[in-house]
Amino acid sequence: MSAVLPQDPFRSVPLQDLSRSVPLQDLSRSVPLQDPSRSVPLHRLAHARAGDKGNRLNLSLIAHRAEDWPLLAREVTEARVLALFAHRGATAVRRYDLPALGAFNFVIEDVLQGGVNGALNLDGHGKSLSFLLLGMTVEVA
Amino acid sequence: MAFDRPSSALLRIGCGSGFSGDRLDAPGPVVEALVAAAGPAALMLEVLGERTLALAQRERLHRPEAGFEPALLDLLWPVLARCAAHGIPIVTNGGAANPRGAARAVLGLARELGLPDLRVGVVEGDDIRGTGALADLDPWEGDAGAVLEPDKVIAANVYLGAAPIAEALRRGAQVVVTGRCSDPALALGPMLAHFGWAEDDWDRLAAGTMAGHLLECGAQVTGGYFADPGVKDVPGDALGMATLGFPIAEIGAEGSVLITKPAGTGGRVDRQTVTEQLLYELHDPAAYLTPDVVLDITGVTAAEEAPDRVRLAGARGRPRPERLKATVSLPGGWLGEGEISYAGPNARARAELAGRTLLERLKLLGLEGQARLDLIGVVSVFDGDAGALREASGHSPADLRLRLAFASEGRAAAERAAREVLSLYCCGPAGGGGVRTRVTDRIRTLSFLVPRERLAPRVSLLSLEEAA
Repeated sequence: MSAVLPQDPFRSVPLQDLSRSVPLQDLSRSVPLQDPSRSVPLHRLAHARAGDKGNRLNLSLIAHRAEDWPLLAREVTEARVLALFAHRGATAVRRYDLPALGAFNFVIEDVLQGGVNGALNLDGHGKSLSFLLLGMTVEVA
Repeated sequence: MAFDRPSSALLRIGCGSGFSGDRLDAPGPVVEALVAAAGPAALMLEVLGERTLALAQRERLHRPEAGFEPALLDLLWPVLARCAAHGIPIVTNGGAANPRGAARAVLGLARELGLPDLRVGVVEGDDIRGTGALADLDPWEGDAGAVLEPDKVIAANVYLGAAPIAEALRRGAQVVVTGRCSDPALALGPMLAHFGWAEDDWDRLAAGTMAGHLLECGAQVTGGYFADPGVKDVPGDALGMATLGFPIAEIGAEGSVLITKPAGTGGRVDRQTVTEQLLYELHDPAAYLTPDVVLDITGVTAAEEAPDRVRLAGARGRPRPERLKATVSLPGGWLGEGEISYAGPNARARAELAGRTLLERLKLLGLEGQARLDLIGVVSVFDGDAGALREASGHSPADLRLRLAFASEGRAAAERAAREVLSLYCCGPAGGGGVRTRVTDRIRTLSFLVPRERLAPRVSLLSLEEAA
């Protein structure tokens, strides 16, 4: 078996400038379901799946509870999704509404840095990006 | 259970593979469920990715009998005799660049299995390399501005529809092997043959296409690619995940659609799993373009009728497009990759220094290409090529892995870049270990639109006697 790592991580010193303001805490943190906070990650309200076609990504976003669909419609705008993917070169976002399914379909252009056949990224399909969307923070009413 | 005359009996279509890397033992339980149900049924096996065809075309250059999906026979041998005995045809796009070669291999397998009379249908005509069909094509809107250089084409294949598959089934094929066709056509073909739906019965074609779209990725509709522990759980934890049941669609003559899975298998079928797959790889939900119909799912509803049984209703169809999409594969340069791990005190600083060292080396060597660094353990997939998220992150894990990716036109530069990661063993920061490098010959794909009248899909039936 592999070596056992210490429970307490070794102290490590980051060298680079940390002053840039990309909200990394949005990317991975998930708030427990009982959290009463008004500001929650989308992950608490919805689920998602990513699909690719060339350099274009589609992300479904599906409300866990149908009654949250209007809240998601208000909060998860095309502009906010475009801003979330700006660091990857996204140029446009189109949101398609599917209220009968409690869902949305986001189509994001030029976000895959060349797509599966051209990208330098490990995840050329962008399959993991559904969870970048689910890390977005939304205000619950 | 023959497909040679129309019937209004319920048709079950099982899917035993959702992509070229799927579980090889998945078809078994699906076939057993179809046999137990005892009604008309077909099995589809989707195994053809966007790149697969180009790789298969290259393979065929070296070995003329090759060029089809290598795992096709592995998928078929456990179920072929059972399907043949129960009149369950198998429809697969595993023919890739050589459907006829695949059909001959299937016949060879049939001989070994004691099925000397097996009839295999072959669908050809998707391959338009070197034909007039490639001339003066407009690019698909997602590749606007693309120009086709015919002399560089590795593979050029049109997405054919369901009609040739249906024809092969009507003529008695027990296995149908195609090259490129739309994935939902693998399911719609048996529906056309079984129900005798008209070519312009748009709403029924839409319902059948929607069913095919839900089936085409296998377990992605039955609890695969879905589990998010504590949020969306798949029953049975790892054992449930390890025994996922692949999907079965129950189709009615009027176009009713119900998705389920074999009893006793892992996974789940409910509104959530079905909705995720319904929207998978979709663009405009009002206009999902296929060779057979334009599907509108904006009015679709999904209802849980019973455990693991979801009924879908409300698919609408519009007339099929006049131009079909063709995927054209071209040489895409080379990708060199290398990874090295750093762990323990100051690991991030050592990894960052290693990354900066690599970029300096690429510059000193004058290698032409594009480089990207990732720190696996800090940020490995969300970042852009410029590394903005990595630079902003103060996260300093005690165990992480530096990755260099370098894309270049020529092979030598990609190999040299990957080698530079290896060279960190003696020339890099302290304590780097576990180097792996890889150099990949890349393929670029572009999509173009081909007028339907330029195409001539061909259907033929092979048997051991005729192939001899």
